[in-house]
Amino acid sequence: MSRGVKDNLIAYSFIAPNFIGFALFTLVPMIFAFILAFVKWDGANPMKFIGLDNFTRLIKDSTFHKALWNTVVYTIGVVPLTMIVALALAILLNQKIMGRNFMRTVFFFPYVASLVAVAAVWNFIFSPTMGPINNILHTITGIPLEDLPRWAADKQWAMFTVVLFTVWKNMGYYMVIYLAGLQGINPELYEAAELDGAGPWRRFRNVTVPQLAPTTFFVLMILVINSFKVYDIFINLFAGADNQLNDSTRVMVYQIYNTAFRSLDYGYASAMAIVLFLLVLGITIVQFRGEKKYGQ
Amino acid sequence: MVGKSKGLRISLMVLVYILLFATVLAMLVPYIWMLSSSLKLNKDVFSFPMQWIPANPRWENFTDIWTRIPLGRFIFNTAKLSIIVTILQLLTSSFAAYAFSKLHFRGKNFIFLGYIATIAIPWQAYMVPQFILMRYMGLNNTHLAIILLQAFSAFGVFMMRQFYQGVPDELCEAARIDGLSEYGIWARIMLPLSKPALSTLTIFTFVATWNDFLGPMIYLTDTKLKTIQIGLRMFISQYSAEYGLIMAASVVSIIPVVIVFLALQKYFVQGVAASGIKG
Repeated sequence: MSRGVKDNLIAYSFIAPNFIGFALFTLVPMIFAFILAFVKWDGANPMKFIGLDNFTRLIKDSTFHKALWNTVVYTIGVVPLTMIVALALAILLNQKIMGRNFMRTVFFFPYVASLVAVAAVWNFIFSPTMGPINNILHTITGIPLEDLPRWAADKQWAMFTVVLFTVWKNMGYYMVIYLAGLQGINPELYEAAELDGAGPWRRFRNVTVPQLAPTTFFVLMILVINSFKVYDIFINLFAGADNQLNDSTRVMVYQIYNTAFRSLDYGYASAMAIVLFLLVLGITIVQFRGEKKYGQ
Repeated sequence: MVGKSKGLRISLMVLVYILLFATVLAMLVPYIWMLSSSLKLNKDVFSFPMQWIPANPRWENFTDIWTRIPLGRFIFNTAKLSIIVTILQLLTSSFAAYAFSKLHFRGKNFIFLGYIATIAIPWQAYMVPQFILMRYMGLNNTHLAIILLQAFSAFGVFMMRQFYQGVPDELCEAARIDGLSEYGIWARIMLPLSKPALSTLTIFTFVATWNDFLGPMIYLTDTKLKTIQIGLRMFISQYSAEYGLIMAASVVSIIPVVIVFLALQKYFVQGVAASGIKG
């Protein structure tokens, strides 16, 4: 056996354990998802090829439109808010501050804590008549309890409540990514700027912001992708019963899940999944372009 | 002039501390509330103003939950899945990452590109065919299904590879000259060096598997196979008025994650920074 072939075989043996599992349980289903989008299938009867019918059905499906719209609204709410809070906290915790490590741990913790458990607590905290939030508001403002927002139980406020909760839960993760980015900035840049007489704000604008651009693009991309994939936050924040999900809080993944596993309409669910995939892909491409253009 | 700017600096610092303190409070209060309520009777959970430390702590909440639902079973299942998935992911990811960063072979860039491309594809886009595939393989309603789904992640390979890129090639060359095989270099040089990256991947994987919700919900229908998140949610809808019990079960479900997180968190920021997931 020649040296080159042997080297290749050794390298493949390193990749094989991961690659075989990855190919079988990720790549194959991905390819299969594209085929399924063009068939009608309930999982029991034979598949029927129906061309683009699933997609034309989607164009007319007002429930799906609403789910898509809700997903967009949620994303627009979550992304900027999370970025601002995460960056501000990262900058503060990058200074020499007392209790810095403790605070980093505290801010990150909601990200690792079980969603089901913390959603249950927030459900009680937001509870319209008994919860502490409305009771405090009632005590401060004197507005009768029944006139205060009913938070997760209220069509008007539900999305706002979910956005608040999401920012609370995930900001620590993005804070850590920003912290890592901040620590990668060469301190000499700040020293040079200070010598040139730049104040804190100018240093932030002319050193921190451009130096953090790659991190910011990364955070933006992950945040948008994750917002489009959201599902579990919604079904857990609504008193633990997903039948309480109403029109104002139905998101895309919920619609995919429901269509596939409740209605057993696998083809139609896959068509929705393809739309989700194309949207995420489109956003990723736009952001990569943006990064190339502005990220230097 | 100097005095004025110093005064400004001090008042700015005070403001920063107040702001941080308020944020810390906002982050902690829900857990304190959870803990406090877990020791109360239902009727006291919502008493206002809030009694943070219950006068008569009801410890029975923590014994009752084990008999109301098969909590022990759920925790055992989740721990089993989380540990197996984490070990498999650490092993296969670091193994593959070594080849991608330190070895030369045919198709390296092409295969790696494939890994990266799939990271951006949401799992929800192919969960349906994945489910059909698993059912076809007869793995429905088994823990093996969850393990196979989670154990081979593209993200893990990517993260470990980013970290290994930062390890100097000369280190491997020197080991090769000393007669160490590639497997030896991986086991004796790369693995010990990559503690921060391994810790970070452990936190991510363990926590993701422990907290996973949609996967077990789709695949596990048998009660004796279910995980803590599914169990907890069933418990919440079934006993929706028994807040004390729900909070006690929630506290129990969070404890293992707290332990793993606190044990590894000192490596965490370092790991994120070094592995370059900062972008």
